[in-house]
Amino acid sequence: MARIIGIGHRVQSAGSIRRSLAVAVFVSLVTFSLVPLTFCQSASGAETWPGVDESVVEKFASERGREAHSPLINTDQGDLLLFVFLMAGAVGGFAAGYCWRMLLEGKATGPARGQKKRK
Amino acid sequence: MMKVLLCITLLLVAAPAYAMHISEGILPLPWAVGWFALAVPFVALGIRQLNSLAREDLSIKPLVGLMAAVVFIISCMPVPVPTAGTCSHPCGTGMAAILLGPWISSLIAAVALLLQALFLSHGGLSTWGANIFSMGVIGSLAGYLTFKGLRAMGAPLALAAFFAGLQADWATYLATSVELASGIRGSEPFLPLLEKILIAFVPTQLPLGILEGAMTAGMVVLLYRKRPDILVRMRVIEPGEVKAHG
Repeated sequence: MARIIGIGHRVQSAGSIRRSLAVAVFVSLVTFSLVPLTFCQSASGAETWPGVDESVVEKFASERGREAHSPLINTDQGDLLLFVFLMAGAVGGFAAGYCWRMLLEGKATGPARGQKKRK
Repeated sequence: MMKVLLCITLLLVAAPAYAMHISEGILPLPWAVGWFALAVPFVALGIRQLNSLAREDLSIKPLVGLMAAVVFIISCMPVPVPTAGTCSHPCGTGMAAILLGPWISSLIAAVALLLQALFLSHGGLSTWGANIFSMGVIGSLAGYLTFKGLRAMGAPLALAAFFAGLQADWATYLATSVELASGIRGSEPFLPLLEKILIAFVPTQLPLGILEGAMTAGMVVLLYRKRPDILVRMRVIEPGEVKAHG
């Protein structure tokens, strides 16, 4: 294609193709993910697209007298899950930032006490 | 632009987790403890191997952390399967096993499953061991052995990665079926129940396994094109292969 449109247009052409591809992937993913769910929920009102944990694992188990228990920490209450993700992000981000040099530059420890920090 | 679109897409597709993991309380306690005891040595091997690799090269840890994030996200990403009308998710352990080996991949799966069980009602603490064994140990081993076997037979990188992802996914569901059938059968014969559970999984997991294969192949090929040095460092490919294709 670059040969057809000329070398001078090669970079711009590759960039526009990448952008088009990105938009196509984005639209396809959103369509694939949201449209079937929206249609099915509006059609019946009942729960659709159950996970295989419900449709297979829990179904077979309940038929044989084994019911799933509620989770130990139930985060499905209001904005609790959002809070948990916020805390996890904050703690994870702090840990990654604190150990950044050690992890990425291979330094086993920081400067010893009493030693001057490198400038 | 690609990154922004990817972030928006991931935010839009976020939904409650529809899992394949065995939920809290499904397995009787003796079975739950048994599967946990079976999983522990593999996770311990993973910790040992990670420490040993980190002593030589500390930069392995960010890579393991990144893969753990990938496995965590992939293994709670619900994918609607129109052929079955249900949702399930890929495992990601095939990719992790190709890059880091089956033991570190088992460790990664254990961490991902623990967080999911604690905070996302995805799996359970009592069934943690069973889920580690199916997704972490069996999934990783199936993916790793398939990849290494196919590469030894001269298969191209993408093809070997595709089948590794596929086998990791299908093997995970086979192991889950075995765990479920053995735990809940009571006095019922084991094999007919296993067959029923497997058949119930097929409409969802058959296409999902193919999706996971394609995803794994895509990730490995992307790494090969953008960062072949990582594949060489992790001994996924020989240095000569980079030169030959570069």
